[in-house]
Amino acid sequence: MAKITYIEHDGTEHVVDVKNGLSVMEGAVKNNIPGIDADCGGACACATCHVYVDEAWRSKTGEKSAMEESMLDFAENVEDNSRLSCQIKVSDSLDGLVVRMPESQH
Amino acid sequence: MSDLKSHVVILGAGHAGGTAAALLRQYGHEGPITLVGEEPIPPYQRPPLSKAWLKGEADADSLALKPLEFYAEHDIDFRPSTRAASINRGDRTVALSDGSSVSYDALIIATGARAIALPIPGADLSGVMFLRTAADAEQLKATVGPGKKLAVVGGGYIGLEVAASGRALGAEVVVLEREPRLLARVACTVLSDFFKAYHERHGVTFELSATAAAFEAGPDGKHVTGVRLADGRLIACDAIVVGVGAQPNDEIARDCGLETARGVVVDLEARSVSDANVFAIGDVAHRPMPIYDRMFRMESVPNALEQAKQAASAIVGRPPPPGEVPWQWSDQYDLKLQIAGYAFDVDEVLVRGDPASGKFAVFHLKGDQVQSVEAINSPPEFMMGKQLIGNRRAVDKARLADPTVSMKEVAV
Repeated sequence: MAKITYIEHDGTEHVVDVKNGLSVMEGAVKNNIPGIDADCGGACACATCHVYVDEAWRSKTGEKSAMEESMLDFAENVEDNSRLSCQIKVSDSLDGLVVRMPESQH
Repeated sequence: MSDLKSHVVILGAGHAGGTAAALLRQYGHEGPITLVGEEPIPPYQRPPLSKAWLKGEADADSLALKPLEFYAEHDIDFRPSTRAASINRGDRTVALSDGSSVSYDALIIATGARAIALPIPGADLSGVMFLRTAADAEQLKATVGPGKKLAVVGGGYIGLEVAASGRALGAEVVVLEREPRLLARVACTVLSDFFKAYHERHGVTFELSATAAAFEAGPDGKHVTGVRLADGRLIACDAIVVGVGAQPNDEIARDCGLETARGVVVDLEARSVSDANVFAIGDVAHRPMPIYDRMFRMESVPNALEQAKQAASAIVGRPPPPGEVPWQWSDQYDLKLQIAGYAFDVDEVLVRGDPASGKFAVFHLKGDQVQSVEAINSPPEFMMGKQLIGNRRAVDKARLADPTVSMKEVAV
């Protein structure tokens, strides 16, 4: 279980508990948090679950796969700390994670 | 209409209906929401049923759009195992299969589509299955495995995904396709040939130009044991999946006088052209698609989500969401296929990359504009192709055809 803070582009914060094994994307979607569309449901096929990982958490969220890297390369408003949240698996070590949402996923 | 306290009734608790209910609450809708679904479980994702779920890589919880508690917690009156029987637009009521009736201020028809059954003898034998619902997938998973032979009727994307999953589960798989090539209605010959060869390497066999004339039972007269082809041959099997397309569940709309055309005809707000209080979204909607200057019906999750946003926005009085480029995906073995757009009015097909490498993309062009792209293990081609379809920028064909040129440099 990890407590995750999702911050919408307008600054609205949502703090929820997410079960281990789910993805950071699923944590948002199952709690109806706006700002993560996740069209493909986690297949790494659409880049509509884009988030910015808070600097302090970048190493703990792991490395991007080649597929994720190349999807992000063509998404909008990408920064160094951009990730596809469907590719980050939740575990105890992510307790306290903070992610921010971009202005738009499309 | 844009009254946050209005009663919204949603018919159909699939991906479209479930998403519309959640979005209404997300957008601040305060009035009652009734979500009516014929299946016994809350809304779930269907795409994994033919992919990760069938292979045991996803469970029921992960398929659910939201946990069951979500609906009560958000004051959404979810009515499982219930069908809508008829709509009375004069009274603004819907009669339900349990004998009750529910009144609405806004109605969202999200009844989806159903698998088309083959009108041939033996179509109702046990062991003849479809893959549309979680229950269908449960049945299929319980049936196929090592030592079993699965016949798939229909060489479209569903059929091919089932074939790949069947192989992953250890079953022998034969695919029967009426046309002389796979994916005949939806893809070009380059892709047809590629998928056929790829599946054959994974042990799938194909019977092309093969019409199923009957499904035959064994001595018990109940369970299917083979497919009789029109040329007289018998293909023995333990189970059959029929994947020959779907048809919209639009009868309830037609019966109450809403305009339909293989789907409920709607505008860009997903609103019925016949009744401002009625919306239709997802597989059941016949919708405008401005980038192609035509109307059609789509069967895809992104379409369901886009229209759920349109309808929910219109109901709560939010500005309409930006238009999206239609897209879909398919996973087979280690292949990721991503498709953006539709190949309407195409005058040239251009292949970027070498199909033999298992990493290539097929661009369908109208003049120097991209109409659609089919990308195999090629996310940049998909992502940039999708943007080019949306922004209608012209491309330099020579650069597009050269995989050493970055996709960021193919627009003129």
